[in-house]
Amino acid sequence: MEILSLLGGGMLLALQPLNLALILIGVTVGLFIGAMPGLGSVNGVAILLPITFLVPPSGAIIFLAAIYYGAMYGGAISSITLGIPGASTAVATTFDGRPLARQGRASLALVTAAIASFIGGTVANVFFTAFAPLLASVALAFGPPEIFALMLLAFATFVGLGGDDIPKTIFSICFGLVLGAIGFDQISGAPRLVLFDMNGFLQGIGFLVLAIGVYGIGEMIWTIDQARGEVETSTPKMTMRGMASDAAEATRRGWKGTAIGSVLGFFVGILPAAGATPASLMSYGVAKMMSRVPEEFGRGNPDGVAAPEAANNSASTGSMLPMLTLGIPGSPTTAILLGGMVIWGLTPGPLLFVQETEFVWGLIGSFYISNVAALLINLAFIPLFIWMLRMPFTILAPMIFVLSIAGGYAATRDMFDIWLIVIFGLGAFVLRRFDYPLAPAVLAIVLGPIAEPTLRQSLLLSSGDPSIFFTRPIAGPITVVALILLLLPALKLLRRRRGKAEDGAA
Amino acid sequence: MRNGEIFVAGILALFSVYLMVKSAELPIGFVSGRGPGGGAWPFWLSAIMLVCCGFIAFNWWRGTSPPSRSEEPFLDSYGWRMVITVGGALIVFVALIEVISMYGAIAVFLLYYLRFLGRHSWGLSLTISLATPLIFFFFFEGAMRITMPTGLPFTDPLFDLLYEIIY
Amino acid sequence: MTKTMRGLVQMSCAALIAMSPMAAFAQDWEPRRPIDFTIMAGPGGGADQIARFIQSVAEQYDMTNRPLVPTNRGGGSGAEALIHVSSTSDPDHTILVTLNSFFTTPLRQENLGIDIQTFTPVAMMGVDPFVLWVHTDSGITNFEQFLQQVRSMDGEFVMGGTGTGQEDSIVIAFMSGAYDLDINYIPYDGGGAVARDLAGQQIMATVNNPAEAKGFYEAGQFVPLVAFSDERLPAYPDVPTMREMGHDFSYYNQRAVVGAPGMSDEAAAYYADLFTRIYESDEWQAYLESESLSPLWMNADEQRAYWATQVESHRELLASLGE
Repeated sequence: MEILSLLGGGMLLALQPLNLALILIGVTVGLFIGAMPGLGSVNGVAILLPITFLVPPSGAIIFLAAIYYGAMYGGAISSITLGIPGASTAVATTFDGRPLARQGRASLALVTAAIASFIGGTVANVFFTAFAPLLASVALAFGPPEIFALMLLAFATFVGLGGDDIPKTIFSICFGLVLGAIGFDQISGAPRLVLFDMNGFLQGIGFLVLAIGVYGIGEMIWTIDQARGEVETSTPKMTMRGMASDAAEATRRGWKGTAIGSVLGFFVGILPAAGATPASLMSYGVAKMMSRVPEEFGRGNPDGVAAPEAANNSASTGSMLPMLTLGIPGSPTTAILLGGMVIWGLTPGPLLFVQETEFVWGLIGSFYISNVAALLINLAFIPLFIWMLRMPFTILAPMIFVLSIAGGYAATRDMFDIWLIVIFGLGAFVLRRFDYPLAPAVLAIVLGPIAEPTLRQSLLLSSGDPSIFFTRPIAGPITVVALILLLLPALKLLRRRRGKAEDGAA
Repeated sequence: MRNGEIFVAGILALFSVYLMVKSAELPIGFVSGRGPGGGAWPFWLSAIMLVCCGFIAFNWWRGTSPPSRSEEPFLDSYGWRMVITVGGALIVFVALIEVISMYGAIAVFLLYYLRFLGRHSWGLSLTISLATPLIFFFFFEGAMRITMPTGLPFTDPLFDLLYEIIY
Repeated sequence: MTKTMRGLVQMSCAALIAMSPMAAFAQDWEPRRPIDFTIMAGPGGGADQIARFIQSVAEQYDMTNRPLVPTNRGGGSGAEALIHVSSTSDPDHTILVTLNSFFTTPLRQENLGIDIQTFTPVAMMGVDPFVLWVHTDSGITNFEQFLQQVRSMDGEFVMGGTGTGQEDSIVIAFMSGAYDLDINYIPYDGGGAVARDLAGQQIMATVNNPAEAKGFYEAGQFVPLVAFSDERLPAYPDVPTMREMGHDFSYYNQRAVVGAPGMSDEAAAYYADLFTRIYESDEWQAYLESESLSPLWMNADEQRAYWATQVESHRELLASLGE
């Protein structure tokens, strides 16, 4: 009851006219920042921080939370309409969102993403409200071995993501993992894989550099080649009635993915180091496994949009948990929010939740309100994004190239990375022609830099004894499940291939 | 495609070997009591990449992968023309950034693409290719406070003026 | 690491007075474009927090006619930031927030070709002391018990830190050497992750800046055992220093702002004036106190001399680490 009254107070605070206006502006700004490839909530939050001096701290934090929510919704927009995941959390959204857009059903994909995001965010908010302190202690029980086990589980979902060509899929995964290892070895501190002895590689290769190269450049050139000069003729129309029927269809065909993503996303999101990317990936994998029509995934199944979108919103809310209960940032964005708290004279730490109740519950209350605002504003803007898709391809294509290069620079602020984007883009085009699946590489470059250090930290903890992954009470079961999942589809695929080979012989 | 398949696999195999050699600059073995060395993770993954290239070559020889059976060329004349005009334009675009600034390069790239590849009218091409960098400037520099490259010093007077406007 | 900070602190007043005529001179030059405010660390750490705090103070009082644009370039222990700043084409609009990797990274990566004496001194905003922390549930309440515990575990005692060659590992290496300890050191990718895993008791102790552990200390989860400062920290009056234990050792993380190599004298004067005003602001002084930073104001020549001594002492420390 006490929680409810605190939450009610927080919501009332968020509904005051000034704060409500801040929420509406913040969500709209966040939506567009999130929709730009290369920019994400971290840009919005960091850059608008100074503006917050104009309003009281409670208004400022509400404003920042609104930007955060808006940007999370916006991430799906570039994944679906442009086919470029603007953030690593939105990679899985492209798998089915892009095919839907190609079929002229971009509005269905966008509506599904919006509704799934809303439900994911709401479910996470409710969990957050009810169990925050309890969940914080669960999160703390996850040390390096547990995180590695979780990464193993995330990798298990990869197996289902690749194409039919197993060697090419495995190649792609390993390639992404090796790219992620470039830079400095975290454990020994030594420079590693400085290719061709170029200093530019010292800083490593970020996810966005590979993703923008592969999707923004490579896929675009591939599409131009495939289109044979013909303007892509999907002319999606957008009416109110169309949107209502899309909403109905999204609910009917995407509820399962939404449910899976909301719950799984939150629990993966609260864990340290894991975050929203593995959450969205794992939700996609689980939704595919539990679907009655797994073969539809990757060809435009609304469940395949709903699951990762519900998950990344849910997980992003979850990643606020370590920040609020422990004062530890769960992501770069929360790190900057945390910096904001220091400026306002709050001490981040375990006592924040107890001592600064008005602040904390004002923030949680504004999560609820921002989520509703984000849903409505997002739905209102969908016709605009659809209209963009109706631009002639000879205008859309160069705009996507320009967005990719400018957005890529905005993300990394380094010309070296821009050259890498072009090189990856041209390379990706060639590999795409030869049926190499590239999504596994793009995801591996995110997960690799989490998996490798935790693997080695664990082995340092155990003095080199690998049994640590099986004997710890939380890590053990996760590792076993991950290994079963990893081996099962591999065996199935082998059997299928053998069956095929026999058919061929017969 | 059939020749291309084995050629690409060969290049990727060479690249895997290079990555293995580079990884081996750090210890790649299992350090007793400390777990794998700094180069182990990339080294063994690159080794798996090399093995995969081997399998890809084997499938090529057996002709079980679609590209290894395909007789169509990697790119036909239209494809080559497209890839060279678009890919080349991108390379020129990025090279121009350091000369005439991000915004200048965007304008040149858009004008080239819209007018000569897209065959749009001069009016439309010019409008889009001048308006886009201007909007980008106010969005990135003004709203997002992200400074883009301004190219060689000769662009300074223009940018000094623009910055005077937005701040 | 034998120089005393106090003498330098006392000189700070003199330095401030010496600055005032420069303030008038600085009016001649003003930035014409946004100021590239590169941070030598990733988002969320101590250096990042300080940079964003500085930015917000400048913003609040409208101190600059062009904004400070903070950019995190933490890659390769700051190598990324050093390369970026030293190769900039516009040194008058490029400044860098540094920590001690400003000294250690060029030493450990000689092939980068970075000579820090080419950088332009701007301002020393303060120095951040280090403290040894354990979790309350470990039952350890003083340094003696800590030593006993580490020795009894015979190499199984696990400490976390931000990486071999980083500031905290230097302190831990000193401690191991001075007391002949066998510590299992686990590198993490940032101070936040280290604090989290100490709170979750995945690791048993850390060496961390007070700013990063303060919240847990106030919540009664962390216990400070010993401070590696010259004198006891005002916020932790009961925590003895390493000097009191009879070891002539103190170690601080510098929180300094430096300009790009080749910055013009006019621009350097402008930034020196700007950061003097930020340093003197009530906000910054309150920050120094609440986060237990020590003031260590220096003028440009003193900063260069300080760099030289820091490079030498870090060279010795790294050599003793076996780097």
